[in-house]
Amino acid sequence: MKIMTSEKITELEEIARQLRIDSLKLIYHRGAGHPGGALSAAEIIAALYFHILNIDPQNPDWDQRDRFILSKGHASAVLYSALARRGFFPFSELDHWGGLDCPHQGHPDRLKTPGVEMTSGILGHGVALGAGLSLAARMKKQTYQTYVLLGDGECQAGIVWEGAVTAAKYRLANLTAIVDNNNVQLDGFVHDVMPLEPLAGKWSACGWHVIEVNGHSVRQVVEALELARELHDQPTVILAHTTKGKGVSFMENQSYWHGNVPNNEQLSLALTELGEVANG
Amino acid sequence: MAEISMREAYGRALAELGAVNPQVVALDVDTSLSTLSNFFAQRFPERFFNIGIAEPCMVDVAAGLALGGYMPFINGFASLLALRALEQIRTCVCYARTNVKIAASYAGLSDFKDGATHYAITDLANLRALPGMTVIIPADAAEAAAWVPLVAEYDGPVYLRISRAGAIPVHLPDSPLQIGKGRTLRSGNDLTLVATGAMVGRCALAAEELSTQGIHARLLEIHTLKPLDSDLLLQAAAETGALVSAEEHSIIGGLGSAVAEVLSEGCPVPFVRVGIRDHFCPTSRNLDQLMDACGLSVADIVEAAKQVLERKSPSKKS
Repeated sequence: MKIMTSEKITELEEIARQLRIDSLKLIYHRGAGHPGGALSAAEIIAALYFHILNIDPQNPDWDQRDRFILSKGHASAVLYSALARRGFFPFSELDHWGGLDCPHQGHPDRLKTPGVEMTSGILGHGVALGAGLSLAARMKKQTYQTYVLLGDGECQAGIVWEGAVTAAKYRLANLTAIVDNNNVQLDGFVHDVMPLEPLAGKWSACGWHVIEVNGHSVRQVVEALELARELHDQPTVILAHTTKGKGVSFMENQSYWHGNVPNNEQLSLALTELGEVANG
Repeated sequence: MAEISMREAYGRALAELGAVNPQVVALDVDTSLSTLSNFFAQRFPERFFNIGIAEPCMVDVAAGLALGGYMPFINGFASLLALRALEQIRTCVCYARTNVKIAASYAGLSDFKDGATHYAITDLANLRALPGMTVIIPADAAEAAAWVPLVAEYDGPVYLRISRAGAIPVHLPDSPLQIGKGRTLRSGNDLTLVATGAMVGRCALAAEELSTQGIHARLLEIHTLKPLDSDLLLQAAAETGALVSAEEHSIIGGLGSAVAEVLSEGCPVPFVRVGIRDHFCPTSRNLDQLMDACGLSVADIVEAAKQVLERKSPSKKS
């Protein structure tokens, strides 16, 4: 377990802020992307990529690396920001994100972006994929952990629960799912589109250990991820309660910002709120 | 009919593969006693995973196992793998290019007692359209077994279509199998019969029948629907001037469509498709009778051959 000093917490909070700024700029320049779910996941991604994951950007295929699957692949902007800041590829490669000359796809593609563990974009795959990776690790007696980040709306997909009971059957304690529980999806609030509560009860009933945290508290997220590694007889799900569009007042809790792109004025306002100094 | 079924030959071959390749794992969806992946399960229980009645989940778990360094063979009914799990196959196997082998059992009409829900008559159309997928259809039990190690040697996704039943033996042990290379099982220059799967044996009978009438049909086995051996087909079209395709599948999207694509672009000659003519098929007490009733009889092939010959060289009528 790595020591969590107050300096480390401050550092991760600052990284999360930067990831939000990066994500919005990337989405703005591409003219496409999903801001709401990128902003809600910023602390989770910061905690994983800058503290928890045992990875080597110089050797992305290192076989002992921890595995991370972004099951909610539409949050690609925040993943790409983290991968670039961790040194998997130069940030400048994202200058033409979305263009035919840019390898990094709208949704993550494992064959095109170093550090992307698995291709995603269609919701629902991560837990079952993670179960397979975790089974492989156990059979090969490898100690890496597998982490899957999915959305709460994504939990409406039946295959999530097929994967969940599979992971429970095989008692895959080396698998941790994190639900970015922001309660907003494309068409509106999750509780209106298709209610999932009690979500913790559903995971628990499927045989998972459930930890609920404030997903914008770096300390709580990190502590939950550390605790998950110490549990040895069942998979763990961290229900990270988050706010869609977190950090930008006019985007928070607005389903409109699931998949819409800010205009120039909105971007400036958002960056100001995120503490970005205007550069003219 | 062969003494053992295609599924049994496959199941035994998979277990043999497991003995020589420790990277091979097998998954099933509560059908291991039907697909006969249970031969593998009994010998290698630590490398066998029963995912329950959840084909999409099995595909994704297998993709994860492949990412983790294993070579999964997934087992289930073709009707479900090719439809319910098609998105998972598209996204997590083909697009992500994971080394997952799909053994799609009970294919075609071979589950004759269970009816249209259980028949797979569009699977070839579904799978053939996916970029990166290799589609292999053994013609008999011995060939099904022979493909297993070859499929394992190939690095990439494969759809291996397995019948619940046996088939008329046509396998030539001294004619090696190679992905993407069709085989000439009978020579002849009047027309060409192009067949896949269990229809290869039926076409062999049809060719025999035609020969008694003085018509010499060439017989091509297209075991690899994708990548298709276009050269072999175009050569046959040029040399025989007329083709008939035959498959235990809908005439839409399978072998007939694939051959038509090649011929129309490269060597348009008279062509007729033998297959299921865009309808659901009934339950039967007997597979051969069902296939006959669904337009797949030897007589149907002979009739198609005569139609195509008539178009190749119209008889003089007043």
